[in-house]
Amino acid sequence: MAQLNNWRINSESGWCRLTLDVPRASQNVLSAEVIAELDIALEQIERDAPNAVLLCSGKERGFVAGADVREFAKIESGEQAAEALASAHRVFARLEALPMPSVALINGHCLGGGLELALACDFRVAADSESARIGLPEVLLGIHPGFGGSVRLIETIGAPAALQLMLSGRGLAPRSARRLGVVDYAVPMRQLESAARYAVSRPRLPDGKLKGLWKTVMASLPARALMCAFIKRQLRARVRREHYPAPYQLLELWRRHGNDREAMFAAERESVAQLITSAASRNLVKLFFLREKLKKIPKETGKETAHFSHIHVIGAGVMGGDIAAWCVLRGLRATLHDSNPAALANAMKRAHNLFRRRLKSPRLVQRALDRFQPDPAGDGARRADVILEAIVEDRAAKAAVFAEAQKVARSGALLATNTSGIPLEELASGLRAPGQLVGLHFFNPVARMQLIEVVRGEQSSPDSLAAAAAFAARIGRLPLAVKSRPGFLVNRILMPYLLEAVQLLEEGVRGEIVDRAAEQFGMAMGPVELADNVGLDVCMHVARNLTKTYGGEAPGMLAQKVEGGNLGKKTGEGFYRWTRGKAQKEKADSDARTLAAIEERLIFRMLNESVACLNEGIVDGADSLDAGMVFGAGFAPFRGGPVAYIIEQGQEAALRRFDGLQERYGERFAPCAGWKELQLGE
Amino acid sequence: MPNAQQNVYIIDGARTPFLKAAGAPGPFAAADLAVAAGRPLLARQPFAPNEFDEVILGCVGPGVDEANIARVASLRLGCGEETPAWTVGRNCASGMQALDSAATNIASGRADLVLAGGAESMSHAPVLFSLRFVAWLAGFSRAKTFPDKLRALARFRPGLLKPVIGLLRGLTDPVAGINMGQTAEKVAHRFGVAREEMDAFAARSHERLAAAVDDGFFEEEIVPIFDTAGNAYREDTGLRRDSTPDKLAKLKPVFDRPAGKVTAGNSAQITDGCAWLVLAGERAVARHNLRVRGRLLDCNWAGLDPAQMGLGPAHAGAPLLQRNQFELHDIDYWEINEAFAAQVLACLAAWRSDEYCREHLGLRGALGEIDPARLNIDGGGISIGHPVGASGARIVLHALRVLEKNDWRRAVATLCIGGGQGGAMLIERAEKKPRAN
Repeated sequence: MAQLNNWRINSESGWCRLTLDVPRASQNVLSAEVIAELDIALEQIERDAPNAVLLCSGKERGFVAGADVREFAKIESGEQAAEALASAHRVFARLEALPMPSVALINGHCLGGGLELALACDFRVAADSESARIGLPEVLLGIHPGFGGSVRLIETIGAPAALQLMLSGRGLAPRSARRLGVVDYAVPMRQLESAARYAVSRPRLPDGKLKGLWKTVMASLPARALMCAFIKRQLRARVRREHYPAPYQLLELWRRHGNDREAMFAAERESVAQLITSAASRNLVKLFFLREKLKKIPKETGKETAHFSHIHVIGAGVMGGDIAAWCVLRGLRATLHDSNPAALANAMKRAHNLFRRRLKSPRLVQRALDRFQPDPAGDGARRADVILEAIVEDRAAKAAVFAEAQKVARSGALLATNTSGIPLEELASGLRAPGQLVGLHFFNPVARMQLIEVVRGEQSSPDSLAAAAAFAARIGRLPLAVKSRPGFLVNRILMPYLLEAVQLLEEGVRGEIVDRAAEQFGMAMGPVELADNVGLDVCMHVARNLTKTYGGEAPGMLAQKVEGGNLGKKTGEGFYRWTRGKAQKEKADSDARTLAAIEERLIFRMLNESVACLNEGIVDGADSLDAGMVFGAGFAPFRGGPVAYIIEQGQEAALRRFDGLQERYGERFAPCAGWKELQLGE
Repeated sequence: MPNAQQNVYIIDGARTPFLKAAGAPGPFAAADLAVAAGRPLLARQPFAPNEFDEVILGCVGPGVDEANIARVASLRLGCGEETPAWTVGRNCASGMQALDSAATNIASGRADLVLAGGAESMSHAPVLFSLRFVAWLAGFSRAKTFPDKLRALARFRPGLLKPVIGLLRGLTDPVAGINMGQTAEKVAHRFGVAREEMDAFAARSHERLAAAVDDGFFEEEIVPIFDTAGNAYREDTGLRRDSTPDKLAKLKPVFDRPAGKVTAGNSAQITDGCAWLVLAGERAVARHNLRVRGRLLDCNWAGLDPAQMGLGPAHAGAPLLQRNQFELHDIDYWEINEAFAAQVLACLAAWRSDEYCREHLGLRGALGEIDPARLNIDGGGISIGHPVGASGARIVLHALRVLEKNDWRRAVATLCIGGGQGGAMLIERAEKKPRAN
């Protein structure tokens, strides 16, 4: 038999244990080689004819993380993709057809191709844990399941639940997977193997009457069409077909072939082969790697992430409180200092809501609350590993905070500021060890935005910067190194876009139209709604700060709103009226040409500023810029980021469009210095 | 070095605001209060929370999820899995019992550093099914066949559903069978304490608390606590600034109706709260370079007729003084827990009485008179509230702070205990500067 690199076969008293253990990798992924070797292994098992097969992972935590995404990038044509998919389908079918029962022992994450593999087994048992996820997240990469998973998951748990899982890409905790029937048992890790043997020993019950009836109904095309129409309506509220075709194609697949297994397998392959070579998928895969790269930064610097166990946050405003709560949710202890008890009380309430939403179990919520300590006296600073300042944007007040903090901080503690505008060098000037101070710039809402800008002041020491990145990783956030220039990266690029939106409002364009133009481009949230969300006072402050440095001016309408006390969502009125946390948008009609013109104005101001940032070296390159804008500002992910978008347009063509814009709208559309020097390679 | 006698020092202490129960369960269970009071206290210590040798908490009625509530609090406070914790109960003196237990362990050398206190969430006292109803329910679920079920069902009576109010039962003497308020009526009657005196005492309690609050004196003692609904609690909520003897006179007696004297206004309030103290022996003081604030010198417990439990302080305090060879005037300050104005006044009357001191306290004559300016000068249970398990620790902490503020030396904190006991604790402030005299 050929030598297997990735699989081990051990047989003992009729039980065959087939273990996947991809060498030199922390987790298993299904590369072409892994799948080809599985074919060989199955051949041997067929010959040996054991009583049962246990499919296991050789990794301590985690079954299979999915297909090998690195191979996606190497796919050059749809035909090549189709070929690879076809061979995977053959091997999975072989596993499914084994004459003896097979069980997948899921000991942690089981995602994408990994779950598709498990679904080809007769039984699935999962180790119970709060953190493990089981699911088919392919849509997040612009494709859908392609190893037969769409067919098998629908067969296993029924179309409504299966489609919902695949269309959202949501991962399930093992216990929820058990409830839906994705796995047969969810048991403590120590019982995984006996549960597998138990599963094999029990005859599988035939479908109940209701389930049988359901299957009969779903075998008819009109029934499926009806259901698809229903699901499609929900889907449209979340994603647009022209941006993310994958979920729509998956739905169509089932509508057409839901009653014909083989036809659906074939159509699945064809659909994925086409999607995987699309621009959207390529961009999403690129972002996947950018995310991995950012995650790895702390490891490369050799900083330990584990030693961060206590953060002391100063300033219990929305940002400070939410940062403390997020850190607690990620297992840290947080002391939150503010001299105003009302602010602490409010932060506590928000934290409790977050814990309840995310943790659900009352005991876990209580444990989180016990780690979240309002600290009016500020005593927490002495033992904290990180002291983070998040008070009002006031230079003197912040400097005073750090002067005080350095007195009590233990040696080696990281000092960080969440300032969005004040130069770090000025805050650090009074410190004994100015190198200790870095910026950790979080985004609102903290629990949703994945990015943290790690701001490098002139004086910041490499050691502190490495620690800051490690800390970001510890709390499950992506650290992006940025230079300490006003606005850093994300706010700096967002601001012209927001100001252009206000300009449009001043010209009499409805906010609804402006937002629609941006959403049509693919922004997660339109600029007008975003401004209301951030708070118009904050926008105003940042705008003033940035225009002071980079020129231009803030439109008067913004100042008017702020003076009138209409600060956006938090006051119930900004550009929109807000009720129960929702902007009250009215119907507003517009034609495609107007929308395209608005989109161009909004987006090109962002592109221009992006080039300026590259030119000034705010981040270390185009990839970092793209990652920052997607993960920190919700820039359309399927477009791959601002720079990727420029490349897609063609640099020259993009530059030419500024001529017209400048003519029509003035100097603010003058291409910035940097376009000429810009070297964007494909 | 076991069996070595070491001094017992008071290092620090803190308490929650005492929150008046408003009928419905309050925002905090007893363990929540213990965590809320403990976290800020521990955060300001120079040692880590897991360096305690043990944690002792007094509590009369822990919740159903709080078996050995001291351990629950200890773990939630981050004192570590390896730090043992135990719960003590001596009814209204549970918090003082925790301090005494800590002190004896430190003195004997078995422990060097102990977190001790009391916690009570009276608003969370359970409301129970009656035992008769539980028995009926068991019979019903045992019935297998339909006719059996029917028969069991027929035995149901609406009266079975009458709930047992845990708090009322807790405040009733389980042996004598009379309510705590009635014991107060009884001792008031014995010493002829008038309704006017009680109301005046109660009004003064509120007045004194108001003055201390306005003075900011509690800011060091009380740590603000926060619920999950967005509220901060910074002060005791039982304080009635508008309380006057005239207003109090209008209240109806609640226990000996309709002619008694003890009213809701001149009794302690049903309250939630927690108080912790950090106690240490010499070794721990040296190891962590702790600042010593006071010394716990002695503690005495006494038993008496349960129906006259309000006289507990008189019975516990007198032997404590004798044993330490102090006269009444050697004590600079007194905290007598205000369970009822009637009962505090009766204790003072008992000590003034030659006859009572001779016959019941074994003294040669009256112990003497306590200067009102040296007794409960910042209010007490009537105004602050009396979360039963917590008060014993609170009055010791507060007595120490009064000594510090006035540069006085010695204090006795004492309380009466439901079931017919009294407890008294003698403390001394640490020398900070040479005394004037």
